[in-house]
Amino acid sequence: MAQKLYLYSRFERFWHWSQAALIIFLLLTGFEIHGSLEIFGYEKAYLYHVYAGVALVILTAFAIFWHLTTGAWRHYWPVKEKIPQICYYYVIGIFRGEPHPFEKRPDQKLNPLQRLAYIFLKLILFPLQFITAFLLLTYQWWSYLGIEATFRKVALWHTAGAFAFLFFLIIHTYLTTTGRPWYNHIRGMILGWEEV
Amino acid sequence: MAVTSNWCRCTSCHAGYGWKDKNFDFNKVENIDCLVCHDTTGTYKKFPTDCGYPPLKDKVFAGKKLFKAVNLSFVAQHVGPSTRESCGKCHFYSGGGDGVKRGDIDSTLIAPDKKLDVHMDAKGLNFTCATCHTTTAHEIDGRHYDTPAPGGLALAFPKYEGHRVRCESCHGLRPHRPKQKLFDWRLVKLNDHTDRVACQTCHIPLYARGRPTNIYWDWSTAGQFKDGKPIVKMGPLGRPVYHSKKGTLKWGRDLVPVYRWYNGTYSYILPGEKVEAGPEPIEIIKPNGSPTDPKARIFPFKPHLGKQPYDPVNKTLIIPKLFGPKGSGAFWADHDWKAAAAAGMAAAGLPFSGEVTFVKTIYYHALSHMVAPKEDALKCGACHIRKGGRLADISGVYLPGRDRVPELDKIGATLCLIALCLVTIHGLARIILAFKK
Ligand code: HEC
Ligand code: HEC
Ligand code: HEC
Ligand code: HEC
Ligand code: HEC
Ligand code: HEC
Ligand code: HEC
Repeated sequence: MAQKLYLYSRFERFWHWSQAALIIFLLLTGFEIHGSLEIFGYEKAYLYHVYAGVALVILTAFAIFWHLTTGAWRHYWPVKEKIPQICYYYVIGIFRGEPHPFEKRPDQKLNPLQRLAYIFLKLILFPLQFITAFLLLTYQWWSYLGIEATFRKVALWHTAGAFAFLFFLIIHTYLTTTGRPWYNHIRGMILGWEEV
Repeated sequence: MAVTSNWCRCTSCHAGYGWKDKNFDFNKVENIDCLVCHDTTGTYKKFPTDCGYPPLKDKVFAGKKLFKAVNLSFVAQHVGPSTRESCGKCHFYSGGGDGVKRGDIDSTLIAPDKKLDVHMDAKGLNFTCATCHTTTAHEIDGRHYDTPAPGGLALAFPKYEGHRVRCESCHGLRPHRPKQKLFDWRLVKLNDHTDRVACQTCHIPLYARGRPTNIYWDWSTAGQFKDGKPIVKMGPLGRPVYHSKKGTLKWGRDLVPVYRWYNGTYSYILPGEKVEAGPEPIEIIKPNGSPTDPKARIFPFKPHLGKQPYDPVNKTLIIPKLFGPKGSGAFWADHDWKAAAAAGMAAAGLPFSGEVTFVKTIYYHALSHMVAPKEDALKCGACHIRKGGRLADISGVYLPGRDRVPELDKIGATLCLIALCLVTIHGLARIILAFKK
């Protein structure tokens, strides 16, 4: 019989889902500002994007504080073990009904591949997006802030970051369905309890 | 077209009261007609062809219009500050008719409503021309060909240096302020535009909102007659589309301006200057400015296209003599371009080869009047749009929504698509296997 573990605290779940909603919303409005979509109209898209961006920064600030004070940041510390086995699992093992090579525990919630992905997200993509967003927002003050850049280049990096987020979102969303039963991981992230 | 050799006709507006010969002194005070601007009775009108003198007896012009004799002493007793009408006597009709040349100044500005012009709105602010075009020692502020309009780009207060002719002089460089809220990012962003986008660009979304304006003037077809009689064909806008004296004409209303970088000065083709005739129209008056010029803004213009006589040997634009008695070579009397060109060029003191062809030409007129109410200002999407936006051919800025790096978009979209395909295949395989079991 499967065992139930309490993996995700209330704050973590709130953080995860509001972050997900904000990122999806930012992608939609962002690609409208970029000229690829037409949903809200340019003016609303632009304003919503700015507001949602500010909300995400605030949320992230709380999340960083939470991770530091609870020590939860340790979950992202990269480890080398089992990476080949996990790759093998997703390419072949999963189709043969083999068990996941990684064992989820409250003290190690993320498998080594996830750790790599998330640390890339948190240390590279988020900062990239926040810094370029800050620059785009303060464009008029660059000369006072002593920033030398071209608007075009910064916009280019911000767009590249957006594509990276979209890429992550696709893979991530799919992988959440690879639990057993398929909704197991999703239920865990909603209720906090996951069967292992 | 220029004033030389057409003096008598043209001086009813262009400086010169009682022109007699080429040596008339335009700078003498006595030679400036005070009443055109300072008459408030509205009866002071000049007879169109009388060398700038008002009619002292009733006279009939072109067989139709009655020009009443001006009672000079009545006018003189009613001298007052200039009005929209008094400036308009010349400015509304420049180009030969109401609103013909500019498209933003016409006789509907005598008593406009707010929809047409927020400032000259007769029931509202009721500005006269001189409210903005303040005068310093009687030099009316304005661009004056190659000297840009004064007013400065620094923070400008009303009557800044006594000049008020820029929008910024009254409204400041960051004119959008929240009324109720403390802070409104939308208005901050609008203000951020003013360093590159002129106020007029957003606030004059359409021109020729009063009267139709001429947008195409082809002189090459002028001079055709039917049974010896002049032809005048009227178009749908109540303006001639063909006129024996003027040629083929096109008119427009509620037009979308074209946008150019503009630093407040123009380049002109001078009389006698050599110009190559190519497939593109010759730019007779064109705005100066570039994205790297800190004084330049993206500014709205009325483009005025046409065809004009050209000397293909000397490669110069021809200044024809238009107005004059029969036998003088004047085009409107003799209907012969070669004779008109010879007479006109001789009067201007320029060489003429004897050949006349026609070339395409374009003038740009900056638009600063008929400012629409704030609700009608351009919406973001008018410029920030991938294709067909108002600023589609403005270069030198990265305009979000219009510009992108196509390679980046391709790579990004391809990678995301591959990811989507992979997870779909992976997922389908899992579903099929699950059903097999
Ligand atoms: C009804 C008054 C009026 C008459 C008549 C008139 N002009 Fe003008 N003209 C103006 C005004 C006002 C301007 C300057 C402002 C403008 O461009 O609207 C002007 C400007 C010009 C300019 C400067 C270039 C430009 O297009 O801005 C030229 C050249 C010119 N006129 C030529 C002529 C010639 C030639 C005649 C005679 C056939 C003539 N004008 C008759 C009112 C008149
Ligand atoms: C091109 C139009 C024009 C012409 C021509 C003109 N003025 Fe003026 N004048 C103005 C404007 C504009 C003002 C500013 C006040 C106003 O709106 O009347 C002004 C102001 C004045 C003032 C000061 C009035 C006051 O209330 O401060 C006097 C005096 C004056 N003009 C006299 C003359 C005389 C004399 C002549 C003839 C030599 C003349 N003007 C020709 C446009 C003109
Ligand atoms: C709300 C203020 C305002 C009012 C009222 C106003 N103008 Fe202007 N006008 C401007 C501004 C601003 C410019 C542009 C000056 C520049 O930067 O070159 C201008 C430019 C002009 C020009 C030169 C156009 C060019 O080619 O650059 C003429 C001619 C002119 N105005 C005539 C008039 C007449 C005639 C009236 C009255 C019927 C009038 N203006 C009323 C603000 C005003
Ligand atoms: C007698 C006819 C006449 C009257 C009245 C008149 N103007 Fe003009 N104005 C002209 C002409 C013609 C020009 C073109 C300059 C030239 O060719 O000398 C001009 C040029 C200008 C310009 C400069 C625009 C340019 O294209 O360089 C401004 C601004 C202007 N006028 C404003 C006014 C204002 C304001 C009034 C009323 C106070 C007024 N004018 C009254 C005939 C007139
Ligand atoms: C002589 C000073 C003066 C100049 C020059 C001037 N304005 Fe104004 N403008 C005013 C005043 C006064 C108001 C009415 C008060 C207000 O709404 O701020 C106004 C109102 C407006 C409005 C608001 C209209 C509405 O719907 O309520 C707009 C838009 C505007 N101006 C644009 C312009 C533009 C564009 C220019 C340059 C072509 C310009 N102004 C030049 C004085 C000026
Ligand atoms: C990018 C387009 C854009 C530019 C550039 C721009 N405006 Fe506006 N302006 C707007 C819009 C949109 C509004 C309506 C704002 C609102 O909904 O309150 C507006 C409103 C205004 C108002 C009315 C403000 C109020 O609340 O009564 C004035 C006055 C004004 N603009 C003047 C200017 C002046 C002066 C400049 C040049 C320094 C300028 N604008 C440049 C788009 C623009
Ligand atoms: C007249 C056309 C026009 C309109 C209308 C317009 N823009 Fe712009 N916008 C521009 C141009 C041109 C630039 C590039 C200017 C620059 O580099 O400063 C720009 C730049 C921007 C930028 C990037 C540079 C910055 O300052 O952050 C943003 C964001 C922006 N616009 C938002 C808006 C929004 C929101 C609106 C509507 C409320 C709007 N624009 C309306 C022409 C326009």
